[in-house]
Amino acid sequence: MAKERKKIEFQKVDDLPPMVQSQRSMAANPTGSWRNLKPVIDLGQCIQCTICWKFCPDAAIDWVDDNPVINLDFCKGCGICAEECPKKCIAMVKEGK
Amino acid sequence: MKKVMMGNHAISHGATLARVQVIAAYPITPQTQVVELLSEIVADGKLKAEFIKVESEHSAMAACIGASSAGARAFTATSAQGLALMHELLHWAAGARLPIVMADINRAMAPPWTIWTDQNDSLSQRDTGWMQFYCQSNQEVLDSVIMAYKVAEKVLMPVMIVLDAFSLSHTYEIVDLPDQALVDKYLPPFDYKYKLNVSDPHTYGGLTTPDWYMEFRVKMQEAMEQALGVIKKEAVEFEKAFGRRYDPVEPYMVEDADIVLVTSGTAASTARFAVDQMRQKGKKVGNLRMRLLRPFPFADVREHLKNAKKVIVVDRNISYGYHGIWAQEVKSALYGHSKVPVFNFIAGLGGRDIFPETFVNIVNQVKKMKRPDQELYWVEVKR
Repeated sequence: MAKERKKIEFQKVDDLPPMVQSQRSMAANPTGSWRNLKPVIDLGQCIQCTICWKFCPDAAIDWVDDNPVINLDFCKGCGICAEECPKKCIAMVKEGK
Repeated sequence: MKKVMMGNHAISHGATLARVQVIAAYPITPQTQVVELLSEIVADGKLKAEFIKVESEHSAMAACIGASSAGARAFTATSAQGLALMHELLHWAAGARLPIVMADINRAMAPPWTIWTDQNDSLSQRDTGWMQFYCQSNQEVLDSVIMAYKVAEKVLMPVMIVLDAFSLSHTYEIVDLPDQALVDKYLPPFDYKYKLNVSDPHTYGGLTTPDWYMEFRVKMQEAMEQALGVIKKEAVEFEKAFGRRYDPVEPYMVEDADIVLVTSGTAASTARFAVDQMRQKGKKVGNLRMRLLRPFPFADVREHLKNAKKVIVVDRNISYGYHGIWAQEVKSALYGHSKVPVFNFIAGLGGRDIFPETFVNIVNQVKKMKRPDQELYWVEVKR
């Protein structure tokens, strides 16, 4: 993931909004590089119950063609999906292996 | 229209007249009839608002923050431990510059468990960035809710309306309910420039480095300084619209007073009654009621205490290991401007009554002293 150094738009206090706002949506702020462990779903065992999708605190699981798909650009590897999966078919695999 | 109502219901009617759009509240003790009546008003369809029942006061303030960020006029009410549980989010609401208004019914902090009044709950939130208006009548409570939104939405800082438990919250008084049309004219709908917008998404309150954090704090302080001027202007505007006036402080016979009692909340009206009694006996005593804690009205305090030979601050609160909190504020305002001795008396903690005689006894005690020989004096405690 290429990291682009953003220029600060505000140079004067008067130009600041009253509170801090990101310059763009968090969709432009990928967090996948934070991850040490990667969730890997065994779709053969998955019952499409959507529990992983509901529990993901970062909304990093998409629902594509009736199946959960981890969005690795944003998944931080917290493992909540694996913990909550009733079929225990999500494995947390060390990154880089 | 004049009605007889308790302080809690005065708040509910104030919020209704202000056309709040989201009310988030924890519905169990230390909650009061404030949100009970509001929930009925909303359920009856008399107020178009979302009433969100939440599982804690922390969540109540979180919901208000969300609602306010989306541009809604948000309201909640609490007391004592409930306010303490909100503490983290009080900082968030102020730091996020959200014009939320809340009512805090002043209840003493536990343990020992108590439901009666003192000011330690609200004064403990002094440094969170909330404006605090201390009220002395149910009419002032209702009017303050309306005025609070006007001020808050102008400077983008939240306001806490503070009233004494029982001596206001459950005491019935005559309250003039202003016409909705008049309130609508005084308080137009809230148009929040920075509200959340799905077609232009931003995250708010994200990580800010030492490069810029301090500048946001400067802006908060400037907003609070600006608020003092807005409050003074709104005192005039509100009087024009409704015929009642609420200044940052309320002086009573201070011009020629040798001794001025500084008080807040309902103890202030008791103090004025005592001042009348003492004046009849030829004692030159006056009263200064503090309505604002934040923003602190430095200039008004200095002005109204400039002729006094002795100042007595009667605190219904205490900062343990220090003294009363209003005394600290008043001393700080006078430092370098006046050499008047400030005597601090702590009275009425945990709802113990403060009588007119209490003030008479305090004044008699102070008359015998040139300067305070203790940091604080306890009033009417068992030894």
